[in-house]
Amino acid sequence: MPLITLSSPHSAKPTKISTVMGTVLLCMIPGFIALTVFFSYGYLINLALAVVTALLLEAGSLALRKRPIKFFITDLSVVVTAALLAASLPPFAPWWITVVGTATAVLFGKHIFGGMGQNPFNPAMLAYALLLVSFPVQMTTNWPVVDVYVSIGDTLRAIFAGNVVDGWVGATPLDYYKLNLATQTADEILASSLFNGWLPAGWVWVSLAWLAGGLVLIWRRIITWHLPVSMIATLALLSLVFGIDSDSFTPASIHLLAGATMLGAFFIITDPVSCATSNRGKLVFGAGVGVLTYVIRTWGNYPDAIAFATLLMNFAAPFIDHYTKPRTYGHTKAHKGHK
Amino acid sequence: MNAIAKQVWALPGGIHPPENKHQSTASAIAEPFIPTELVLPLSQHIGSPSKVVVAVGDAVLKGQLLAECQGNVSAAVHAPTSGVISAIENRAIPHASGMSAMAIVLKPDGKDQWRERQPWQNWRDMPRDDIFARIAAAGVIGLGGAGFPTATKLGFDPERINTLVLNGTECEPYITADDMIMRERADEIIAGAQIMADLLQVERVLIGIEDNKPEAIAAMQAAIPDSLAARFIIKTFATKYPSGGEKQLIWILTGQEVPSGRIPADLGIVCQNVGTAAALYRAVVQDEPLISRITTVTGDAVGQLGNREVLIGTPMNELLEAHNVDWQKADRLVMGGPMMGVALADAKVPVIKTTNCLLLPTRKELPLAGPEMPCIRCGHCEQACPAGLLPQQMLFYAKNKELERLEQQNLFDCIECGACAYVCPSDIPLVQYYRFGKGEIRREQAEHEKSERAKARFEARQARLEAEKAEKEAKRQARAEAARKAAEAKKKEGSAAPAAIAKATSKVAAQSGPIDIAALEKAVASAQAKVDQAIVKLNEAKETDPGNLPAYERALGKFEEKLAKAKTALTEGKAKADDPVERAKRQAAAKAAGVGPSVADLEKKVATQRQRLQKIAEKLKAAQDNGDDTSAIEKGMQATQARLNKAQAELDKAKAEQAPADDVGAKAIAAAKEAAAKRAAGIGPSADELRGKVAKQQERLAKIEQKLADAQAAGEDVSAIEKGRDATAKRLEKMQAELAQLEE
Repeated sequence: MPLITLSSPHSAKPTKISTVMGTVLLCMIPGFIALTVFFSYGYLINLALAVVTALLLEAGSLALRKRPIKFFITDLSVVVTAALLAASLPPFAPWWITVVGTATAVLFGKHIFGGMGQNPFNPAMLAYALLLVSFPVQMTTNWPVVDVYVSIGDTLRAIFAGNVVDGWVGATPLDYYKLNLATQTADEILASSLFNGWLPAGWVWVSLAWLAGGLVLIWRRIITWHLPVSMIATLALLSLVFGIDSDSFTPASIHLLAGATMLGAFFIITDPVSCATSNRGKLVFGAGVGVLTYVIRTWGNYPDAIAFATLLMNFAAPFIDHYTKPRTYGHTKAHKGHK
Repeated sequence: MNAIAKQVWALPGGIHPPENKHQSTASAIAEPFIPTELVLPLSQHIGSPSKVVVAVGDAVLKGQLLAECQGNVSAAVHAPTSGVISAIENRAIPHASGMSAMAIVLKPDGKDQWRERQPWQNWRDMPRDDIFARIAAAGVIGLGGAGFPTATKLGFDPERINTLVLNGTECEPYITADDMIMRERADEIIAGAQIMADLLQVERVLIGIEDNKPEAIAAMQAAIPDSLAARFIIKTFATKYPSGGEKQLIWILTGQEVPSGRIPADLGIVCQNVGTAAALYRAVVQDEPLISRITTVTGDAVGQLGNREVLIGTPMNELLEAHNVDWQKADRLVMGGPMMGVALADAKVPVIKTTNCLLLPTRKELPLAGPEMPCIRCGHCEQACPAGLLPQQMLFYAKNKELERLEQQNLFDCIECGACAYVCPSDIPLVQYYRFGKGEIRREQAEHEKSERAKARFEARQARLEAEKAEKEAKRQARAEAARKAAEAKKKEGSAAPAAIAKATSKVAAQSGPIDIAALEKAVASAQAKVDQAIVKLNEAKETDPGNLPAYERALGKFEEKLAKAKTALTEGKAKADDPVERAKRQAAAKAAGVGPSVADLEKKVATQRQRLQKIAEKLKAAQDNGDDTSAIEKGMQATQARLNKAQAELDKAKAEQAPADDVGAKAIAAAKEAAAKRAAGIGPSADELRGKVAKQQERLAKIEQKLADAQAAGEDVSAIEKGRDATAKRLEKMQAELAQLEE
């Protein structure tokens, strides 16, 4: 039998890209379960819609770009993009929001830059930001309320026929708190059914589900702790400092446990392609997302800020990489800067 | 033993590949066997190849020197068993490229007969130099893999070294050669380490062993005598690849980093493999040179897995067959481990001193890497890198051939351990990219050095030429000055110098002037006449003055001589007249003498210059089209134009002087002059003449009319033609008027 000669190393870890992406998808299951249980079937419908659209567009793009379709589509990366978008969109948003968003993510977020590994921005967040800017009404008013649980049939009608009943939907807790700060005290706001007196009802469990999935990602060594810890710590610090006056600022508990904080920290900003690479770079990147998220949430006009903060830091990632190179063994200091 | 002495520093990065060590540790180290032939390459180590000291056909004994050290960094080769040297030739060596190298081939005689040995149980009493000499002669090299001659490594100034590190880490999966030698020959290792420690005069010996070898740790601990317990410290640490890298182990054991581009000795550390220590013990104490080593034979395609003491030079296929290898199942033959080993194309190569493992995995056991996917910058490689590099950035720069950036990423601090490629989920062969990058950078540096050398050489040559030129110029000036001074001095003396100068000048002029064939012929004729006259005189004298005959004869001889000379001059002159060089010389001389060249010559010259100018114009156009620098060509063109103008002027002048009667132009001028003279004299043209003229003008006018019609039909601009027609018509009118007047 002829012997094969190859350069070392001769063995490899069985972890492949599909393993990485598959683990991420598995770790998103608790989050989707919590979203469905506490809020709406709409998340699952959006997920199915987004995944199907994404797979079709991915296959089409690969065909147009003359790339092997099966080889790339089975890496599951496009499914992760679709799932992240589905987890971020309002569950009662019309079907075309999901389709347009997915198309934006796959075509303009990914393939226009050269596909896998080439995208400078997080594709899901690029799509989310575009939807939020282009369709602000559909993107801000279709959030579920915690005290009405809509049946699957009504949800389907809401998504595909636009039959949304006013009582089903409302603002997110973050949005609600900020909007009512002008007229109400913290206690009055928290007395609303959205908060059950102290914490954003339902959203707490969703956030904890994302957190649980994220911890598994760290345990499985799919991501490192640097990005989530740095982002959550920065956001917590800022919201604790300002949030002491909870009559004027949203308190830390709501910043951390409502909105997309946990989803963002563990699943969104950890997109390896578009974030900083070195461990120290990741700390800087995470802190940047934390600061920007807090600033946009507090002084901006948008209900949440993870998408914009992530995209802004994506811009900065190459720069951060140049200044956070690790020190090489045998060198007294790290070689910093561009040249 | 207190905790501080056992302190270890955690290795950053690293990976945990499946160890696969248990398969080959179940049985004890097997005894060596004598193969059919032994192939001993002259270069099994780092450094210069050794020099053969035996000849084909020589009978040698076990342990006899076959090739000695050559140069400072080298290692000797000895006969692993007794036998006959059957060949000294190029043989395939275990190298990734499958290359061949000079090797001594030994045909064993089966007697395995040792040469005479002189064991030194009392090695401590031996002079230090003798010990060194024995180590240097024993061919011991680093058995961990790199193969650096041990004698060189132990030759450091003891002042400089304070720590000996003994590497028993063996972090590569599958390999258990060091594990087994520590289990079975710990005493030899410790004794060897003691020799090393004595030679280097170090205070402490740190022995590093991964915690997956508890039996080896226990055996080593037991082998350290109480007297040495304070100096010999075994440090154990968590199993992680690549803890056994020299730089990594030094960090783990001492918390110090070997500075980039330096060696451990710069930190006062010398690092040796445990197997090397055992070999050193055998070399020094038992006088057994390095003729065998422990090699692990493992992998799913091997029937009988384990370690064996193998004679150096044993063909791998014989060793593998001794271990019941299943060639059908074997996918690869790796010398070394799965992480850094070399895959060999053929098993018919010898086991050499650095062969610590032969791994024959099946395809299932070590699957081939899949097709390369794009890098998703997941950073797993960075987490795995033990050297603190950014593998994904280096990949990016290596792919784009951005060599400068690649170097700035500290590419040369990469130890090629393969941890990054191992964890890469995209199956990117990262290490190959780094090897490529290193090769490219080295090549570029070599080229740069080469061009620098060439530049220096060129500059030196330029400087030399300048100096020579300056020297020549100085000499010339000195000569000119001397001549001028001499001339002045002569002038002052007021001697017959002017006359002399005039004579010389005329001589020169005569020499360089046109060759006068006629004059030469005349000279010959006159010489002939003189000879004839002399003959006549001689004949007369025979009768009138016989006493003076010899004088007459002498005179005749003289005249004959002169005639011969004149004849030679004539033939030479004739020949010279045809010689182009002489012709050119004559022309130049004539020019100098004020005699201009002929009109024909000048015309030829003008034509040549024209041609040249045209060629240059073409060249200029081509250069302009190419966008080249045209200033030089333009300069040349100007010069040619100037020459042409000059030649033309000369030609015109020559023609004018020649009064060319046959010239058409001159004829016309003459006719016009005549007509003018006639007119001036009041003699008008005859009526016939005028009639002829009128007819001519009419003809001309008709022609112009025809031309005009054509031009109009073609839609061209006709104003010029109309003007010409009007003028002709006017002239015709005038002539007709004159004719009418004349006829009246």
